[in-house]
Amino acid sequence: MTLCAFNAAYAFSIDSDSLETWPLFFTDDALYRITHIENENENLPAGIVYADSRNMLIDRIAALRLANIYERQRYRHILGIPAIVAQNSEATHAHTPFMVARIMATGQTDVFATGFYKDVFVANQEPGTQGNALGILLKERVAVCDSTVTDTLLALPL
Amino acid sequence: MQNTQSHWKSESLTRIPYSLYSDDAIAEKEKVEIFHGNTWNFLCLDADLKDAGDYRTTFVGETPVVVVKDQDLQIYAFENRCAHRGALIALEKAGKEANFQCVYHAWSYNRQGDLTGVAFAKGVKGQGGMPASFCKEEHGPRKLRVTVYCGLVFGTFSQDSPDIESYLGPEICTRIQRVLHKPIEVIGRFTQALPNNWKLYVENVKDSYHASLLHMFFTTFKLNRLSQKGGVIVDSTGGHHVSYSIVENDAADNSYKDQAIRADNDQYLLKDRSLLAGFKEYDDGITLQILSVFPGFVLQQIQNCLAVRQVLPKGVASTELNWTYIGYADDSAEQRKVRLKQSNLIGPAGFISMEDGAVGGFVQRGIQGAQAHEAVVEMGGDHTGSSEGRATETSVRGFWKAYRDIMKI
Repeated sequence: MTLCAFNAAYAFSIDSDSLETWPLFFTDDALYRITHIENENENLPAGIVYADSRNMLIDRIAALRLANIYERQRYRHILGIPAIVAQNSEATHAHTPFMVARIMATGQTDVFATGFYKDVFVANQEPGTQGNALGILLKERVAVCDSTVTDTLLALPL
Repeated sequence: MQNTQSHWKSESLTRIPYSLYSDDAIAEKEKVEIFHGNTWNFLCLDADLKDAGDYRTTFVGETPVVVVKDQDLQIYAFENRCAHRGALIALEKAGKEANFQCVYHAWSYNRQGDLTGVAFAKGVKGQGGMPASFCKEEHGPRKLRVTVYCGLVFGTFSQDSPDIESYLGPEICTRIQRVLHKPIEVIGRFTQALPNNWKLYVENVKDSYHASLLHMFFTTFKLNRLSQKGGVIVDSTGGHHVSYSIVENDAADNSYKDQAIRADNDQYLLKDRSLLAGFKEYDDGITLQILSVFPGFVLQQIQNCLAVRQVLPKGVASTELNWTYIGYADDSAEQRKVRLKQSNLIGPAGFISMEDGAVGGFVQRGIQGAQAHEAVVEMGGDHTGSSEGRATETSVRGFWKAYRDIMKI
């Protein structure tokens, strides 16, 4: 239930354009990457987004707000139920399926991405200070897309 | 065939008829004159085909092809079309096969694309079968001539394409060798679906004029290097180009830090500057080199971020852009990490490339209903020569020079 609530809050931060709160779901040294299933199966390490710190996520949002030029768009995340694949006293490893619709300013709505998050959750050492009160943070989130194709561009995070 | 001559009002390369981006007859003519004509088309990397039997499927223009390494360790390419009914022979993007068999009626092919087997050729229980006159050697998918240059595998359907070094010309060869001077490894593959004609993306690659105007990432975060110089090289055909920039200051990374200290508004500075913490790996000081080969290949070095791009038309108004991110086989773990981090600059979500995914679509949408009108490509004059500055559209005009020559329009 904690993971579900965490994911719901995570998705809402993106879908409601509260992008500045999105990095707060991650630890300082978190890994966040967007890739697809073929790269993952071949162990190819690159991502279309590759961040190994929360600050890199903050920078990405700053770039979206201040620098990058893209048509106004929104996402709607529909997240499935997390499957816990491993758990110990340090961390919980879980896989959660996602579907993301992209809604353009023109009204055009498409299924933009489907896939699953490969996550490592850890205890939030400073609950309350990191923007969520759920007691956990993402140490790692790899968004593994089912399709190898990205339509036009990926601006907002998954 | 429609009279394509009418698209152009003059011989000038400074005006580009918008109809070229949406006309079906033009797209059909491109298939014949460009993609099946005297051009070398990027197929894959040598590094993609390590062992005998390794293959990849790709396209030349919109024609599906199979690229495969045979027992002799030579690379062969043939049309991915069964000689029987025309079905695809290979369905996967990549794999390893001793030979290929069409799923429809089990006609089979060796790795060089020769038809080697026809199922039930002698009939079943004396009934049916192919006529005795049927000669397998006379049937088969069309074969491409293949050449490997610096680890890049190119193919051509034409017997008349010049050898690859003549096709590229000495300046382009030198600039390819500069980057691909030792073995590489693939570190990721991504495909971007672009909502525009393929030529709009190729023009965008060649357009050194837009870079600092559309892509605001470096400017916004005060990452501009003040002491940059650079230029554009256009080969004699016009079809290939290199644009590059050089940081003259050896202490480039320190100058970043100095700028950061002087900047008065923290909000506009990157919090994690390791994104751009690169290492020097080329003695010439060139920190950015974008190189294109007609019709649709790009080799890119942006700092330590290396990639090849393949531009494939998918109908008149959409394009597939295949990115292959690479590193050198002898990269240290730290160097590889730098490449992974800098890959945030490129690709479908790249800080300095995401706009390119959309801007072609803006043109494609903008020119609806303007078929009789023309784009203006006059920055830097009307020539197609090499240029010291980058506020020029010389290499865009070069593309159209090569395009008009080969299309005969």
